[in-house]
Amino acid sequence: MSVQDELKSVAPAKLLIDGVTKSFPTRSGTVLALDNISLQINEGDFVCLVGPSGCGKSTLLNIIAGLEHPDSGLTLMDGKPVTRPGRDRMVMFQEPALFPWLDVMGNVLFGLRLKPNLNNKERREVARFYLRLVGLEEFAHSNIHELSGGMKQRAALARSLAPNPRVLLMDEPFAALDALTREQLYGDIQRIWSERAKTIVFVTHNVREAACLGNRVVLFSPHPGRVREEFQIDLPHPRDINSVELASYASRITRALRGYVDAPETELGAE
Amino acid sequence: MKRLLSSIVFFSVLLMAWHFLVLAKIWSPVLLPDPFSVWEYLKVAAMDGTLFDATLVTLRRLLTGYGIGILLGIPVGMLTARFRFMEDTVGVLALGLQTLPSVCWVPLALLWFGQTEGAMLFVVVMGSLWSIIISTDNGIRNVPPIFARAARTMGAKQFYTWTRVILPASAPFVVTGMKQGWAFAWRSLMAAEIFVTILTGFGLGQLLEYGRDLHAMDQVIGVMLAIVVIGLLVDKIIFSPIEHLLHRRWGTGRA
Repeated sequence: MSVQDELKSVAPAKLLIDGVTKSFPTRSGTVLALDNISLQINEGDFVCLVGPSGCGKSTLLNIIAGLEHPDSGLTLMDGKPVTRPGRDRMVMFQEPALFPWLDVMGNVLFGLRLKPNLNNKERREVARFYLRLVGLEEFAHSNIHELSGGMKQRAALARSLAPNPRVLLMDEPFAALDALTREQLYGDIQRIWSERAKTIVFVTHNVREAACLGNRVVLFSPHPGRVREEFQIDLPHPRDINSVELASYASRITRALRGYVDAPETELGAE
Repeated sequence: MKRLLSSIVFFSVLLMAWHFLVLAKIWSPVLLPDPFSVWEYLKVAAMDGTLFDATLVTLRRLLTGYGIGILLGIPVGMLTARFRFMEDTVGVLALGLQTLPSVCWVPLALLWFGQTEGAMLFVVVMGSLWSIIISTDNGIRNVPPIFARAARTMGAKQFYTWTRVILPASAPFVVTGMKQGWAFAWRSLMAAEIFVTILTGFGLGQLLEYGRDLHAMDQVIGVMLAIVVIGLLVDKIIFSPIEHLLHRRWGTGRA
């Protein structure tokens, strides 16, 4: 396989989540993290899963990644059931999870080394391409601890993109960053999404962030984790997180979210 | 440069204090020899090859025993960290035996192996193995689970994850453990060499004991100094560069 083939945009995948249920044992009994979740994610969608902590959105992401298994229901990727992690679905975590014993280049190469049909020279070329894409070309040989928080997440992004996955799963990747750095990364991720045509599932508890990035925002409520409502965000990309239109979407979503989070108490009151 | 200078000044003062203590004649020179006579002994022993030969014999025993300790200890430590069953069995055994001072192995080794190199080796392995197992185990438990998860999403299988992620991630702990294992091996070998007199090789410990037999205090102190210097050199030549590299990569320590 040549580097050119490797760098070609692959077709984004379609995900079908069908009746996924997952519970966890805790000290105070079993917690139903996901209750019969069904969701269709189309090719090239940028879907943001929003909800307060404990609503199971991260669990759902891990199930799509194949890192966890549902108690019942299944996830289909282009019609094939997901049973284990695969390079066609790369994950970015809230912590960069970069390997401190490797430099930036070594980290990006890590996933590529597991890819057959490429020689080491080609792997380096591919890695350099993605480092350029995230703007870290000059830092290829830096140690991880020398990078700022934002640069670490860029490196993690490059590492996730390098195996050329069809789906990118992001679990609150920007939550630990300062506002200014986050805004830069919003721009980057939107640019990369449109350049590289990926299906992105993005978990966040930040409504504004969801409205800024996604073309779809799916609202979750906790105890048990359920899909409550979905919003279509019909604004052209790239979007500015501070724009007025975005703010109106965000406030609509926030209002809805508040309704669902308070809902159990109202139900109790009605009884 | 300034640090080197302070070391030199410190040790010169120490030597001078020693010299003046001898001149004050508080203790008999049989018990406290002058630093110059110790130096004289070291010079003669170095010239006629005694010191060099003994060092060689000792280092050969040490490296063999320590090597076996590492080759066994690291895989076993990985197993005790990975499998509950191994943790409850071998792990507990290691924890218990680690508390046993290594000189306590000498009587058993003598009865089992007699006055042989085998006894010597046994004591060194027993002295270093357990602490290497425990620090490897500890190092692996300290690897953030997210590293293994990240590797799995990139398509790494079990074996690859262990060799390319978990083992390097635990390196700072494992190296500390190896260093500790080295110190234990060194101590146990000296104990063994002092207690086990054998004809197959005359090590530093034996040279030290021989000095006692001859009431040659300059030899006793001279050999002790040689033992200290070897310990220091190993630390500076082998472990310091590795630790420095790890500190630079991980961004820890003063490096």
